[in-house]
Amino acid sequence: MTEQLETTRDDSRDEERRPPRAVVGSHRIEEEIFGKVFDTNIIRRIWAFVEPYRRKIYGAVAAVLAFTAMQLAIPLIIRYAIDHGMKPGTGGHALPYIMAAFLVAILVNFAASYLQETLVGSVAEDVLFDIRRAMFAHLQRVSLSWMDKTEVGRLMSRLQGDVNSMQEFLETSVLSVGDITLLFGIIVVMLTLDFKLGLLTLSALPVLFVVRLFWLPRARKSFMAAHETNSIANGALAEAIHGVRAVQGMERQSVNFTLFDDKVRANLKTHLTAARYAQVMVPIVDSLTGLAMALVIVVGGARVLNQALDVGVMVAFLFYIQRFFDPIRSLTLQYSVMQRAMASGQRLTEVLDVPVDISDAPDAKTLSADMDGSVEFRDVVFGYNPRHPVLKQVSFRVNPGETVALVGPTGSGKSSCMSLIHRFYDVQQGSVLVGGHDVRDLTQDSLGRQIAMVLQEPFLFTGTVLDNIRYHKTDATRDDVMRAAQAVGAHDFIMRMPDGYDSVLGQRGGNLSLGQRQLISFARALVADAKILVLDEATANIDSYTEMLIQKALVKLLEGRTGLVIAHRLATIREADRIIVLQNGELVESGNHQELMKNEKLYAKLYDLNYSSFDDIPEDVIDDAMTRPAT
Amino acid sequence: MRAARPSASLALVKAAGWGKGFSILTRITVMAFRHPWQASLAIGATLVASAFQLAIPRLLGQAVDSTQGVLSGGSEGQAAQDALLTTALLLLGASVMRGLFTLVQNYFSEAVGHHLGYRLRLACYEKIQRLSFSFHDSMHSGDLITVGLLDLEGVRMYFSTALVRMVLLTVLIGMGAYLLLSTDLLLGLLALSFVPFVGWRSSVTQLRLRATWLELQERLSVLTRVMEENLGGIRVVRAFAAQEHELAKFETASQSAVELAHQRVGIRVANTSAMTFSFFVAMGLVLWVGGTKVMSGEMTVGTLTSFLTFMTILQMPVRQLGLMVNAFARASTCGARLFELLDLDIAIKDDAAAPELKVTEGTLRFENVRFAYPAADREDVLVDLTFEARRGETIGIVGPPGSGKSTLAHLIPRFYDVTGGRITLDGQDIRKVRLQSLRRSVAVVQQDSFLFTTTIENNIAYGDPWAKEAHIERASESAQLHNYVLGLPSGYDTVVGERGVSLSGGQRQRLSIARALMLRPAVMVFDDSTAAIDAGTEQRIRSAMRRYAADRITIVVAHRLSSLMNADRILFLEAGRIVESGTHAELLALGGRYKALYDLQVRPGDEALSA
Repeated sequence: MTEQLETTRDDSRDEERRPPRAVVGSHRIEEEIFGKVFDTNIIRRIWAFVEPYRRKIYGAVAAVLAFTAMQLAIPLIIRYAIDHGMKPGTGGHALPYIMAAFLVAILVNFAASYLQETLVGSVAEDVLFDIRRAMFAHLQRVSLSWMDKTEVGRLMSRLQGDVNSMQEFLETSVLSVGDITLLFGIIVVMLTLDFKLGLLTLSALPVLFVVRLFWLPRARKSFMAAHETNSIANGALAEAIHGVRAVQGMERQSVNFTLFDDKVRANLKTHLTAARYAQVMVPIVDSLTGLAMALVIVVGGARVLNQALDVGVMVAFLFYIQRFFDPIRSLTLQYSVMQRAMASGQRLTEVLDVPVDISDAPDAKTLSADMDGSVEFRDVVFGYNPRHPVLKQVSFRVNPGETVALVGPTGSGKSSCMSLIHRFYDVQQGSVLVGGHDVRDLTQDSLGRQIAMVLQEPFLFTGTVLDNIRYHKTDATRDDVMRAAQAVGAHDFIMRMPDGYDSVLGQRGGNLSLGQRQLISFARALVADAKILVLDEATANIDSYTEMLIQKALVKLLEGRTGLVIAHRLATIREADRIIVLQNGELVESGNHQELMKNEKLYAKLYDLNYSSFDDIPEDVIDDAMTRPAT
Repeated sequence: MRAARPSASLALVKAAGWGKGFSILTRITVMAFRHPWQASLAIGATLVASAFQLAIPRLLGQAVDSTQGVLSGGSEGQAAQDALLTTALLLLGASVMRGLFTLVQNYFSEAVGHHLGYRLRLACYEKIQRLSFSFHDSMHSGDLITVGLLDLEGVRMYFSTALVRMVLLTVLIGMGAYLLLSTDLLLGLLALSFVPFVGWRSSVTQLRLRATWLELQERLSVLTRVMEENLGGIRVVRAFAAQEHELAKFETASQSAVELAHQRVGIRVANTSAMTFSFFVAMGLVLWVGGTKVMSGEMTVGTLTSFLTFMTILQMPVRQLGLMVNAFARASTCGARLFELLDLDIAIKDDAAAPELKVTEGTLRFENVRFAYPAADREDVLVDLTFEARRGETIGIVGPPGSGKSTLAHLIPRFYDVTGGRITLDGQDIRKVRLQSLRRSVAVVQQDSFLFTTTIENNIAYGDPWAKEAHIERASESAQLHNYVLGLPSGYDTVVGERGVSLSGGQRQRLSIARALMLRPAVMVFDDSTAAIDAGTEQRIRSAMRRYAADRITIVVAHRLSSLMNADRILFLEAGRIVESGTHAELLALGGRYKALYDLQVRPGDEALSA
């Protein structure tokens, strides 16, 4: 115990500034960024989204070709101007015609560039949103078990990062058509103008190709390193912001500063390396351009001197040379874009291909609002993994207007019952009936409208209190909302908020306490006005004052409805008309409080443990109670 | 409970006035020149590179003229050959030099930016770490991240995209204009005619694009929120069969973003096409007028060629004028926000000569403590609070929501400063001692504890990263966490937190109790930090800690009475005042508010909760 008191710290430790057990920020290795360059399967899937806009795409490609043709034509026109339009002594009759040709060329150029960019830009945006919409809509229907397994953050990066890289891909792929045409165009025009000179000039081209081939993988590695160290440093900064209270409470500022310094320094280093790689190409391209021009001047100039070549041709060559490294540069960049897009496309199709387990039967009926409100389980067998059933041959019936409490230790299958009523999952055997109909014969939409559900973790959306209570019942009036809030006892604290019902809730209702959020979700269920209420009581401790409000609200909420409550609090359980006790997926007993107490089985034992809530009971205590003979 | 959030001033800085903008840019410039040789190299290289750049058209013109000279029967063939060779070599040399100096220019201007970014990041990080709770209460963490990421980026890019580019453009356009105009005034004017138009269009467009970009970001963040909430709350969505409703929400948000995205494409396209067109029109005019001049012998083909080449060279930088203007605008708004953060005063900090806290007897005293959250017109949360706690004592604090329980807990480690009265530890006012020494003596187990994304071991040792393994395990045992951890496949090396294994609320709270135990504090405060732990486990934690309780003050804030029934003294808080105080038995006997609360929590008919 005296050892525990040594509050003075060994100061030498502070000098060794990087302690063994400290890190800042976290970093997950990012997902595969680059995929195959070309994957026909993915291209086909993406094409399905582009198809509706194919006319625009064809138009864009045509415009790109026209644009490129004009890029090629302009130096040629200049050549004609020099050789034929302005020879001293020719009288200059040709010049006006040549100028007219130039005017036509630049007008076409203008129109083509306008068309190309508008079409490509807008189609890419439209496709981007179409893909995102398709994914989002699909995610509304995929099975909940898949959603449970998948982090929201991961899905969001599909909906954003991956979709964006598809947009980028779309834009560049049309442009690379232009680049390739330009490259070949320049080569063809040069060789036609003067084969030998053309060949000589083009000799610089393979050099650049080879240099870039060596450069690209290294450069890309350095760019990725820079990108990665950057996100590491940013992650550490975000952590400092989110965890600032813990940091200050634990006095970790100095240590963290040192560690953060390491990360930012690493980031500086990789960025400088990346900058070196990026810039090293500049003198190479410039030197090659200079070399090509020098060659044209020496060789071409000599031939002009010998009158074997028109001076205009030489000028045209000089103009082409200034252009012809551009397509190579952008083509190599587009190569990376393609690879990235293929990896993204792969992930997008994965999401789009997640099977929808539960869909309406072709002849599904609408569950009408005047059904009786009964719920029945008939020999239900169900498991998330069919080999390990969570519910084994469970049968019970909840009569219209009755409130039934589902009770049992963790893992007994209570939550699964609740999900099955709503047909979040399909049973493996037996059937679940609502209002006398098998839920598989009903439309999911009408089923949802007749069953209101309150989850353990109240989930609120960003928006006003009013919108949150009204939720999808957009036709509910402000009065309806207020009446519901009054009924559940939420009105008072809502009115104390700065703008009452129009107060905007923070992220997930962050500015409300858990109990208050619970009450709002009660009000939401009340507005939904369904025949059946399914409720999963919150387990977390709520302060006693709010707890009291919640208990009262619950009574209001269940009035005139069929209620199925996963109950944790004894108060709730005792109020229920009937209690169903589940254990290990089997129904072990049912009846009201008095009956079950007389039964002296699981319920009585749990109750006798004297905990204020069944969920407080540690597992070993339950095990103990179960093995001990009843008292 | 934390204070309501007053609108944060940082987020509200929009466009700064000209004077303010200028002073911000000056400040960034001064900071950039704190790397004097790199910055000077960047700017020096820019000047040299543009000089070589400007030499190229002349050389091309000369080359063309050399060939023409022979044709018109001027000089000798051999001399012309030599001249061509010389020109070619010069051209090659100029190209190589231009390339090399451009490399130097680009590399060092980026390097200056990265070094600047490095320093700013550290400064930003340190500031954020040190700013007190009241600041963080008032700031949305997302806004703070925006400042630390995006605004910092805008400032970092200033040197290379605004300043160096400005030098480059000034030299290129200025020198180019001089060379062209001095060669042929009329043709020079024609050749330069596109410059003002393109420069102006490009600037206007970039600024408009920036404005729409900001707006687009806003709309996209709405869309992001809609999607994120939908996916996070998918059970609610399904439970209410609200897919249609959600899709409609998505559609609205998506539509509003896509419309703006189209608008952006429109703005961009209209201008790039117009700019290219004006360039070609100018080129056509040069060709025409120049051609006529060549015909009349007033000008050589070489000069015309050099004019045309000049124009080609100028075209790119002139188009980038807009980017430069944009970079200036961005740096001044981003800088305004970033510097506002960096210049903030830290409300809670050490006095210059503050002594270390010396804990001797271990007595904590609240003397007429008054507290109100910093936002204006806030009422006092705590009023005239006076009590004393000695080493070995446990004080329980209870009361209705909003009575100031958590606030009280936050005052002891000086997360906030009292607005009246004082808090002392062994007679030393906690505001007069070194903050670090105070916080090492006071540990607060927070209500919602933040777990860092790292191993369980590192999380427990967060406050004492030098700790020995045995200590970590002992703390973990006391917090009833050890057995759970051993059951995990990777034990203490299991990564938890946002990106790791997710722990239940109770497990998180147990971990944060272990974390606090590691500090071996003289004062240990539990701020409602056992709410998610079941009663049985809580009892075991308490009995494990009883061993150390003799050496410290324990303060337990809770609403579950079983958590604090055994305290030496229980304070019942209401509206910031102590209304009842005494032991559990005394307060029950008093029959007041505490008794009422007790009755509420205990099942009717049950005599007492098992202690």
